[in-house]
Amino acid sequence: MLGRTARRRRETLSEITNKVWDVVVVGGGNAALCAAIEAAEAGCRVIILEGAPKTYRGGNSRHTRNFRCMHQGPLSVLTDSYEEDEYFNDLLLVTKGNTDEDLARLAIRTSEDCLPWMEAHGVRFQPSLSGTLSLGRTNAFFLGGGKALVNAYYNTAADLGVEVVYEAQVKHVEIEGGRFQAVDVEIAGAAPCRVEGRAIVLASGGFQGDIDWLARAWGPAARNFLIRGTPYNRGVVLKDMLDQGADSVGDPTQCHAVAIDGRAPKFDGGIVTRLDCVPFSVVVNKDGERFYDEGEDVWPKRYAIWGRLVAAQPDQVAYSIIDAKSSTLFMPSVFPAVQSDTLEGLAEQMGLPAARVRETVDAFNAACREGDFHPTELDGLATEGVEPQKTNWARPITEPPFYGYSLRPGVTFTYLGLKVDETARVTMEGQKLENVWAAGEIMAGSILGEGYLAGFGMTIGTVFGRIAGQEAAKGATRGVNSNAA
Amino acid sequence: MPLDHATQTPASDTPAADTLTDEARRQIEICNACRYCEGYCSVFPAITRQRAFADGDITQLANLCHNCRGCYYACQYTEPHEFAINLPKALAEARAESWERFAWPGFLAGPFHRSGVAIAVALIVGLAALFWAAQALKPDGGEGFYAILSHTMMITIFTPAFLLPLLAIFVGLRAYWKEVGGEPVSLAHLKAAFVDAAKLKNLSGGAAEGCNFEKGDRFTNVRRWHHQAVMYGFLLCFASTGSATLMHYLFDMPAPYGLFSLPKLLGIPGGLLLTLGGLGMAVLKTRGEKDLGAPALWGGEMAFVLLLSFTGGSGLALYAATGTAAVPVLLPLHLGAVLTFFLLTPYSKMVHGFFRLAALVRDAQQKS
Repeated sequence: MLGRTARRRRETLSEITNKVWDVVVVGGGNAALCAAIEAAEAGCRVIILEGAPKTYRGGNSRHTRNFRCMHQGPLSVLTDSYEEDEYFNDLLLVTKGNTDEDLARLAIRTSEDCLPWMEAHGVRFQPSLSGTLSLGRTNAFFLGGGKALVNAYYNTAADLGVEVVYEAQVKHVEIEGGRFQAVDVEIAGAAPCRVEGRAIVLASGGFQGDIDWLARAWGPAARNFLIRGTPYNRGVVLKDMLDQGADSVGDPTQCHAVAIDGRAPKFDGGIVTRLDCVPFSVVVNKDGERFYDEGEDVWPKRYAIWGRLVAAQPDQVAYSIIDAKSSTLFMPSVFPAVQSDTLEGLAEQMGLPAARVRETVDAFNAACREGDFHPTELDGLATEGVEPQKTNWARPITEPPFYGYSLRPGVTFTYLGLKVDETARVTMEGQKLENVWAAGEIMAGSILGEGYLAGFGMTIGTVFGRIAGQEAAKGATRGVNSNAA
Repeated sequence: MPLDHATQTPASDTPAADTLTDEARRQIEICNACRYCEGYCSVFPAITRQRAFADGDITQLANLCHNCRGCYYACQYTEPHEFAINLPKALAEARAESWERFAWPGFLAGPFHRSGVAIAVALIVGLAALFWAAQALKPDGGEGFYAILSHTMMITIFTPAFLLPLLAIFVGLRAYWKEVGGEPVSLAHLKAAFVDAAKLKNLSGGAAEGCNFEKGDRFTNVRRWHHQAVMYGFLLCFASTGSATLMHYLFDMPAPYGLFSLPKLLGIPGGLLLTLGGLGMAVLKTRGEKDLGAPALWGGEMAFVLLLSFTGGSGLALYAATGTAAVPVLLPLHLGAVLTFFLLTPYSKMVHGFFRLAALVRDAQQKS
């Protein structure tokens, strides 16, 4: 006798496999949902194939918190204005010019229309969070964070009649003669089945959840990386598409990576694992040696480079050490600091060579100079005569108790992805595929060659998710369109 | 209490580890590193004002929480995530535990908070007491209700039944104020607290326009409106009784009162709001996720809200039955419910209103 769940599953399975969907959306995060909603509003029958179970739906979007948005005057919770050129310049700075200007400007310009669209589809915003005042002009924060946004979109999609299947891992996208026919999908670990569609939107994220792939790109060091977001972005669909000859963009070693609390879980630690103490600290590697200017810039701006810095250290680990006078200058950490009344005691607790740490800190302390300390701005309080120099906030580490945090590289998402055009269409060997679009992290490498700009991932996902949904709807309803372009 | 700000745990002198408080503290420290929920209610801005949380801070946050559940559905760290955040539940349990701790005399609090059966038994005892009083002490004269139970007898029963619980609540609130480190109260603090309470601002969800209760992660104001109905219904009923007392003593205008008298003009809408709002709350309660509150208290809360509804409903029935043969039955029924309600106030869900108001006053102090 079939159990109720099993019977239900079989019914669901036959419901989704015995029809041709207008638009198949692969993935269940922000970009996928934006695409599904747009296509459903255009009158399409849409199915979302989300690889994660319902409790973990939404990919990395569930960990996000804001949306970087151009605006020519105050807009919703955003103050003042943030114009296209300033936005684009900010992007140029972090990517060192490694971006596609046309796509980047398209994302930036469209972001302004997206915010009201998001509100109209259930997303609610809140003023920038305490501790993030610097983003109040440029980034609109989601009330409740990304999971609340994801919930709102799933509710909107449900109201529009979009079919959502969880634990649905797409294994293969069937493309014949430049045209998508169907996907092979494993639902809840069952035997693969075939879901047919007239158009497809690929929005299944990067490959950072596949540690083996990361290790192939990075070398064995990658096995020590922590993955800040969902474990379900394993790049299965990305790899399938690349294997079939889809054009790719981006470098497999490029990703958004930051230095996070070394005690964070391997996956899904999210925002709370960030550590903001670095600028007020001395950072040493496992040999007790300093390796980079801890005070190079205000932390949010430098946040993204420390992932790579720590990744380059032995065993991919580093230790940030502060003393009592700096203990409340940064956002609280999720795990309590290691604490000791002596530097040696702290070093021992953290498994560091105590004598070497003492020498490093003594040398650093001796290089500190008198001057005014301003924790919230570049204060120019720099060391003299120590390598590497600390160029701001350099105060001697002398006042017990001493506190220490371990740091590890935390990968947010990888940049190797599918190359798309301004209509989010995927190409294969230079030819546009007839009915295949991509949005979100799976194509973000088209715009983010390297570096990262806070809140820009959600901008790319929303802008290209909506475009992909609209285009896929057109593609599905007009039927076969030639490879004319 | 000296707190170590970097290790974020009370440095010393915490009394014997209280697991509910500790669990709430564990979760709040995670929330303080995240802060995504700042816009929902007053709890999260209050969290961000501190780095370390003493037991009294947890008590304050627990009583400030209105259980709107917005933070739960928005949380990226709910189970099966290893951080296992369920803040509405953690705070509900710490809150209930604090009410039991502050209750005076304390032994009465546990059973009535946790057990619907205990409340039902209390109600039956209350009803029986009133029926007995109506039978055994039947007055010789008197008009209307007073033909069944004399005015003197009502006063003899209800004055202590009203004042003693108030005294008990006062003792509890004083202990609360001490534990949360409350300062002298100013008019501005009171005003802020009463405005928040009057609007149930903390059930508004901020920009989300509602809370998450009967429809999972969808926001609605249904629970907020029902709670408003109960709260204002109760206040109107209370004002009705108060106005009648004043009319009796100051103006020598004893009951019964006509339809266009103050007690009736306040009492009828009050009774309707209380009865219907209470029933609505009870129905909502069956639809909400049990595990986002204090599951052990569900029965006590349900019985309490039904008792409130019954109190209002029996009062309306009594008025509707004026002059009929049903009055001798309905009067003890209604008065018995009122008596039970009064006596249980310090030891049941009803007490939440007092502590929540205190928490709002304290929050206003901490904001200023």
